Amino acid sequence: MGKTIAEKIFDNHIVDTPGTDICVISLDAVFCHEITTPVAIKDLEARDKDRVFDAGRIKAVIDHVTPAKDSKTAMQGKILRDWARRHNIDDFFDIGRNGVCHALFPEKGFVRPGFTIIMGDSHTCTHGAFGAFAAGVGSTDLEVGILKGVCSFKRPESIRVNISGSLAPGVYAKDVILALVGKIGVNGATNAVMEFSGPVVDSMDMDQRMTLCNMAVEAGATSGICAPDMQTVDYLWPFVKEEYASKKDALKAFQAFAPDRNAVYKQVIEFDVSDLPPQVTFGYRPDQVKPVASLEGEKIDQVYIGSCTNGRFEDLEIAASLLKNHRIDSSVRAIVSPATPDIYARALDAGIIKTFMDAGFCVTNPTCGACLGMSNGILAHGEVCASTTNRNFNGRMGKGGMVHLMSPATAAASAIAGTITNSKIFSQRSHEGESI
Amino acid sequence: MKPFNGNVLFLDRSDINTDEIIPAKYLTEITKEALKPYLLEDLVLDGFDPQTDINGRAAVVTRGNFGCGSSREHAPWAFEVNNIHLVVASGFARIFQQNMFNCGMMAVELDEEVIDHLFTTFAGRETSVETDLDKRVFTFTAGSVVEEIPFTISDFALSLVNAGGWVEFADKNY
Repeated sequence: MGKTIAEKIFDNHIVDTPGTDICVISLDAVFCHEITTPVAIKDLEARDKDRVFDAGRIKAVIDHVTPAKDSKTAMQGKILRDWARRHNIDDFFDIGRNGVCHALFPEKGFVRPGFTIIMGDSHTCTHGAFGAFAAGVGSTDLEVGILKGVCSFKRPESIRVNISGSLAPGVYAKDVILALVGKIGVNGATNAVMEFSGPVVDSMDMDQRMTLCNMAVEAGATSGICAPDMQTVDYLWPFVKEEYASKKDALKAFQAFAPDRNAVYKQVIEFDVSDLPPQVTFGYRPDQVKPVASLEGEKIDQVYIGSCTNGRFEDLEIAASLLKNHRIDSSVRAIVSPATPDIYARALDAGIIKTFMDAGFCVTNPTCGACLGMSNGILAHGEVCASTTNRNFNGRMGKGGMVHLMSPATAAASAIAGTITNSKIFSQRSHEGESI
Repeated sequence: MKPFNGNVLFLDRSDINTDEIIPAKYLTEITKEALKPYLLEDLVLDGFDPQTDINGRAAVVTRGNFGCGSSREHAPWAFEVNNIHLVVASGFARIFQQNMFNCGMMAVELDEEVIDHLFTTFAGRETSVETDLDKRVFTFTAGSVVEEIPFTISDFALSLVNAGGWVEFADKNY
């Protein structure tokens, strides 16, 4: 019987099977940030087990509230910083070098095909874009991961999502994953791995695949995952070139984690995206999704471009292409947060930051803050945000606030209009009468 | 082992997420105890008031996909420090369910029809539950109405409950 990507990765990592469908697997990497890790550190200290299984496999960053906004968040940063120092965790990213974890860690080359990764953060599924099994966990799983380098999971069942057709101009990975979550629901992939495949995924670059995998958890998935291919090799080449004689050799090694043709799936979803228009959420669940056109004209107070979903270079580039020579509407305020210092620097060099500033955006340092209503862009009661983030839960970006999730292109166009609207990249094509 | 007996809080909605259970603004707390006043603060539900309806409850009965969203273990902790160690639902988000057992608490799944029946029979009445882990049976009582509801729990999940959580289990075994 053939195997899925996740099954192949599990086969390589099983330590124990303490129950018929439970696998304890070894971990290639444990990622940590300052919100969920300090509690684990404090508990390890209290148990007199302040140790780490392998300092080289632990990566840590301060990203949720940075720079600290008050004494409590300063203490969270301090606990993580002191811990990283005393355990010689070299890959600790403090203020100045820090960025949104799920953008920063791939950029540093910490993710490889076939890896097993956990983090105390639900969007850890992002790293599946590289053909890794990457799952969000709670602080107790994280604590055991730090101490023992293992984690328990149900033996993974996979849902294959075959994405076919071709995306219309102005329609992006974000629209695809919003539409998919809308299609299968917030519970549609619970306890399963979403394995993304098909020509549309093949043609996506790594940034887009990360956006796709990032929101797999919004359908309840344990991890999103894409088969490694030449795109994966190209992205990782600077980090692996010493290990392989050629890119072809690297590809061959990575493809050990491609799914078998006769792999068995819990479910196969066929999704032709040729007619897909840009998507936006309404309501308080990420599966409440409609075409942008049906919310056209909805008043907004704030626009936010950033986060682990859509704060990467390409996202900023697309938004800037729309903002060039335009100003945001006087009725809105807009914030952009490049997801890492490297993205920020590249955007500066490319003139993208200037475009955002000329348009009237506030440019913040890399941080998760606004997405979960912790800092740097919290909504007031009754306010509405057009956002490139991943969750529209009630109160998510601030108590009493309303969040509409969308792509960076839709967010930029909405900032200019002051209301939710399709980007001209999309609408020009439809006005020209082409079928979309 | 933690106690799994006492008065029941009924939450009649699917997809209650961890932002509703404990909003992110409280994630700056480093002790579990500090979360106590904020449990379910952002949950908007007809007839539910977090200020008055949580005190004195030991268990929650709710609908599908409970605990979806963020991985924050602050959600189970917020229940734990309010002495709620048992959640019974027609379904759970994976991370929340794992977090509950990792803390030595119970997140038990029952069929949707059984949950429907519990709501019909007991919601809106002062109801208590007794848990018999050996027989794997809940006994729900409201006045003179008493019902035994069998449940299943995996041996692995039960061993976490018995060990007091995943840290204790993993430390002994790995």
